[in-house]
Amino acid sequence: MISSMDSPPSPILSVEHVGVRFGGLVAIADLHFDVQPGEIVSLIGPNGAGKTTAFNVMTGFLRPSQGVVRFRGTALAGLQPHEIVRLGLSRTFQRTSVFPDDSVLDNVLIGLHRRTPARLLDTLLGRDRASERRLRAEARDLLDRVGLTARADEKAGALAYGEQRLVGVALALATEPAMLLLDEPVSGMNASETRVFVGLIRAIRERGVTILLVEHDMPMVMAVSDRIAVLNYGRLIAQGPPEAIRSDPAVIEAYLGQGSAAREAAMRAAQASPAQTSPAPVSAALEASHA
Amino acid sequence: MTRLLSPALLPPALLPLALLAGLALLPLGLAANPYLLNALITTGILTIGAMSLNLLLGFTGQLSLGHIAFFGIGAYVSALTSLGFDVEIGFGVRVVHEPWPAAFGFLLGVAAAGLCGWLIGRLSFRVRGAYFVIVTISFAEVVRLVALNWVELTQGPLALTGIPALGLGLPGLGSWTLRTKVQNYYLVLAVGTLCYLLIARLVGSRFGRAMRGLKENESLALSVGINATRTLTVAAVISAAMAGAAGSLYAHYLRIIDPDVFLFATTVTMVIMVVGGGKGTLMGPVVGGLVFGLLPVALRPVMAPEAQWIVYGLVLIAILFVMPRGLVPGLAGLIRPRRAAGAPPRPAGDHAGAHAGAHAGAHAGAHPGAHAGARPVEVRS
Repeated sequence: MISSMDSPPSPILSVEHVGVRFGGLVAIADLHFDVQPGEIVSLIGPNGAGKTTAFNVMTGFLRPSQGVVRFRGTALAGLQPHEIVRLGLSRTFQRTSVFPDDSVLDNVLIGLHRRTPARLLDTLLGRDRASERRLRAEARDLLDRVGLTARADEKAGALAYGEQRLVGVALALATEPAMLLLDEPVSGMNASETRVFVGLIRAIRERGVTILLVEHDMPMVMAVSDRIAVLNYGRLIAQGPPEAIRSDPAVIEAYLGQGSAAREAAMRAAQASPAQTSPAPVSAALEASHA
Repeated sequence: MTRLLSPALLPPALLPLALLAGLALLPLGLAANPYLLNALITTGILTIGAMSLNLLLGFTGQLSLGHIAFFGIGAYVSALTSLGFDVEIGFGVRVVHEPWPAAFGFLLGVAAAGLCGWLIGRLSFRVRGAYFVIVTISFAEVVRLVALNWVELTQGPLALTGIPALGLGLPGLGSWTLRTKVQNYYLVLAVGTLCYLLIARLVGSRFGRAMRGLKENESLALSVGINATRTLTVAAVISAAMAGAAGSLYAHYLRIIDPDVFLFATTVTMVIMVVGGGKGTLMGPVVGGLVFGLLPVALRPVMAPEAQWIVYGLVLIAILFVMPRGLVPGLAGLIRPRRAAGAPPRPAGDHAGAHAGAHAGAHAGAHPGAHAGARPVEVRS
């Protein structure tokens, strides 16, 4: 087990001994970790490890059976999803990341909901023209940031899967988050799209947004993360910088299972090349399990 | 190409304006035909009800099967305000109300219906869906039973009679009481136009986007900070208030109302108007309202009443069979490809194909990746 990095005193997000049980099923046993401001942290683990459940707890879609999540010091217990967004914690979704029947531009306009104080009365009296114009300009800026300007007028539901992910990111950014939770953002993207997306994540971080990522694309996770937390059977089994995670025996075990042929092959390969400092076979195995 | 994909399939502004002009000129040719004028007025009133129902059903996806309750509350509150009443409400307390001008009745009817919309919304929108449907049905039934049994206030089945006609007063210009059919026709047309403009403005605004977002993808809407309960409740209030306005017009036009204004069948008629015309479009309930409101009138000379209802049903089935999304989106779909055929070749079709392909490809590509983690055995093979 790798001990976590030296932590500055005030994390932006802290997950404190959170557990989630559905009847007798334990989705999350006891999850405990912090994210520091400005970090890019990845949450990885085999399917069913509880990653999306953890996201749902952090964003108010699920009530934890135990423990508490704090965002910038505020306990999120009992807050509705739309109230949590207003605190500056925003998320994207794994499967349905768009409003399918609206144009891409209208999607972002819906996402900008919290940005204007427009009152209903102003709307009815037609006094919201100026703020509507400002919103449109802002929506186009956001589309430009995620590289979807050319798609602005197309129906979001008709976009390719990878582009729908980008719409989801634009929607999340529209809420001006201090921290962004991305749920498998590059699934359905090809290698070059993924490369562009990594650039986008870094650009978002440059603007001071903290990022927590759930992702199966290991090369992407290794490339972009400052720190990785590994979840298995609802427990954190390791956390640390990518290099440490690559060679962590508990992680390899979680992904490949003890005694599996693949694991033995990985170990043999590692022994066969002792001179190699980076444990490439392990990361190869990690990647293979998700290919 | 961009217009083709516009989400709400709003017809060009020309169509509503042409329809409005046509409706405004209609009485010139019909002044001598009170039967037809009467049919147009009641159709217009029901159409306003259908527009209000569409705000909920079409734009938020919530089905109010007790919508007639708001209509009836508007009718009764408006009638009682202008008739006055003297009732004992228990413990020896008497409430006496002197008659007020009918215009106040209209405003109070709208407010009372809106208030009921708020209550129903607060009660049921935390759960939504089927729950809302059931709450609205029950509410309509409760209100109908109150109207039927609180005889001292409502006269029960004996009906409230002698309801005064609505009057329009402009300070310094005198006032008119709207007694003739033509006057009532224009009043209904004016209120209907106002409701249409209100809905159009709402739907095109930030508030309308919040409603659409909730309908299309509720989780995502919540995650961009949209307050679902508040948005749906506001929509219910506006919708109920409009239905109340229609009810008030109804009471002051017919000058007599009984608990039958709460009949479930009238809600069904409004739902048919919305669904047949095209829910979620601005013009849908207007077109649907005119078609299904005037269909019995057109059929009356040629067949018996029982047969009329059969044809009514057949027409609805035929429309939904040919145009599952309703008349307005269906007709718009027919007109647009023809228009586009004259234009230079558009890439939209190719795009759609390419997207579908990419979409399928993405799906196929995503799935093995997503499952492989759970089946490390495959790494061996």
